[in-house]
Amino acid sequence: MKKTHSYFVVSFLVVGMLFATTPYFSKNEYTTIDKVVLDSIQAKDAFNTMMKVISHDRCVNCHPSDNRPKQGDQGNQHHFDIARGGANTGFEATKCTTCHQSENNVYSGVPGAANWSLAPKTMAWQGLTNKEIAKAMLDRTKNGNRSHKDLIHHLTEDKLVLWAFNPGVNQDGVQRTKPTVSEEEYKAAVKEWFEKGAIIPEDK
Amino acid sequence: MQVSFFINGESKSVEVADENTPLLWVVRDILDLKGTKFGCGKAACGACTLHVDGEAIRSCSYAVKFAKGKQITTIEGLGNEENPHPVQQAWIEEVVPQCGYCQPGFMMATAALLDKIPNPTDEDIDKNIINVCRCATYYRMRKAIHRAAELKTEANPITEIENS
Repeated sequence: MKKTHSYFVVSFLVVGMLFATTPYFSKNEYTTIDKVVLDSIQAKDAFNTMMKVISHDRCVNCHPSDNRPKQGDQGNQHHFDIARGGANTGFEATKCTTCHQSENNVYSGVPGAANWSLAPKTMAWQGLTNKEIAKAMLDRTKNGNRSHKDLIHHLTEDKLVLWAFNPGVNQDGVQRTKPTVSEEEYKAAVKEWFEKGAIIPEDK
Repeated sequence: MQVSFFINGESKSVEVADENTPLLWVVRDILDLKGTKFGCGKAACGACTLHVDGEAIRSCSYAVKFAKGKQITTIEGLGNEENPHPVQQAWIEEVVPQCGYCQPGFMMATAALLDKIPNPTDEDIDKNIINVCRCATYYRMRKAIHRAAELKTEANPITEIENS
């Protein structure tokens, strides 16, 4: 009786050790993620981060689909019937720079940055999906014939673009809303997205 | 901080504690040129319009530091009673002002417009003259703007032909 009991205990331990040392899945059941796939996953993350800024009102307000600049967090029509004009900078004598200078004005709340103007009409983003915006942005017939390198520079170094992160106060002295992504995260995301091929994620 | 510029043809230098002080405050309170008016302080009404290097700007929203080395013209420098600018003459002829407070801004905006478009259409006027007049003298102003264009052309016929 005692001998039989010992036999069962030993058998149980052996079987237990076998289970403990044998992986549940065999090695050939793992899926190796191809670098191209991995890059596309990371690029999609970078794309989404980048687009949180690009599709923000601070940016889209100056990329209207009509000829009227927008303002505020709801994309309201710019006051005073101001419009694009012939060179995206307003009319002949009343231009963007009649009111907007190269810096935000803390006294009046009028926003400002270097080269204050509307984006060209070919770069109208208002009402587009992120995917449509990205397609337009990469299209050299619409983007001012900018290469990827030019676009990276424009998106990460242009003072008017980066104004989105320093939009100043409004006419009531209240801080304007900023994109939900920090400037550093945004710049890193732009660079990563282009480095990984500027892939526009497919809709699922 | 010291800022030097030319205003109405004269060289001026002003000392300001804050380089972002609105040019309007400097013009009115330091240089005592009261023709340029404070209206809204938000670059909305246009009462503070003057010229910097020939361009109309809203001086309530223009930091004085940006005026460094530039040519500023206020309503006082546009013309005077003896030798009025065509815009001022037209304003007199059409008896435009009612209360008058906003008129210097309108006249400066109009002078800038006529420098760019010597014979503006009504549409040009609508686009470029967007100041606010609480007395609603817009109808008389429109007539005066057209009259000013005529006066300016009469005064400078050769220049206007070259520009046309």
